[in-house]
Amino acid sequence: MIHTDYHWEIREREGLLVVRLAGEIDHHNAVRLRGDVDELLLGKRPRRLVLDLSRVDFMDSAGVGFLMGRYRLMQELGGVLAVKSPTPRVEKMLRLCGMERFMEIETDRKETER
Amino acid sequence: MKRTKQEAINFAVFRLPALSVNEGVARAAVAAFCAQMAPTATELSDIKCAVSEAVTNCVVHAYRERAGHFTVTVLLFPDRRVRIAVRDRGCGIPDVKKAREPLFTTDAAGERSGMGFTVMESFMDKLTVRSVPGRGTLVVMEKQFGGGAKRT
Repeated sequence: MIHTDYHWEIREREGLLVVRLAGEIDHHNAVRLRGDVDELLLGKRPRRLVLDLSRVDFMDSAGVGFLMGRYRLMQELGGVLAVKSPTPRVEKMLRLCGMERFMEIETDRKETER
Repeated sequence: MKRTKQEAINFAVFRLPALSVNEGVARAAVAAFCAQMAPTATELSDIKCAVSEAVTNCVVHAYRERAGHFTVTVLLFPDRRVRIAVRDRGCGIPDVKKAREPLFTTDAAGERSGMGFTVMESFMDKLTVRSVPGRGTLVVMEKQFGGGAKRT
């Protein structure tokens, strides 16, 4: 099945903003996603942004570029970015690109399993 | 084991306009075609990522988001190997060696990770890049699916 769209939902509480993304994050989708997420960030200015990737079933290096861009924006806003629950395939991409050096990657596995 | 030159048992050619929406179309088409080799989910995911990177390069860099086409050729070999060629007639890459370095990008303002070729190299077994400035680029990638030639 071809579906290269994304959707999202947000949860918010005391400076914490959780955005759950779903779908595929590639260059095509990242362009629009960037605009949507940044509008949200600039409006809400959270201290901590958590991008929940549990429903993201595809991400390539353009998705990594998107995460790096949000990491920089959060830095400018004086906050931090974390990503949560990537699937093993998405996590493989994040680790290949060394994303753990810039942001916390919360996986659902226990530390000892790593 | 000596490897003799093999003929492809099946092949597909997709020619698409260099539009960003076709990044998803191309990787889905290649994955659908490769499914006949019964790859694992991880192998299929690796291929989708590699194709997405190559095609995104065509859209973003080769034609700089202007009109153009790219061609994806997929060849399946009897020893459960897949070869994927992505060709464009775009601007070409002046220094391929440099372009293949991790984090290298010509477009710092565009939020590029500079990891496209690194991803292709890591997720596939073999990667060759041939490019002529002003003429275009040919990226050829190969991957051996597990299980060898026994599983048919």
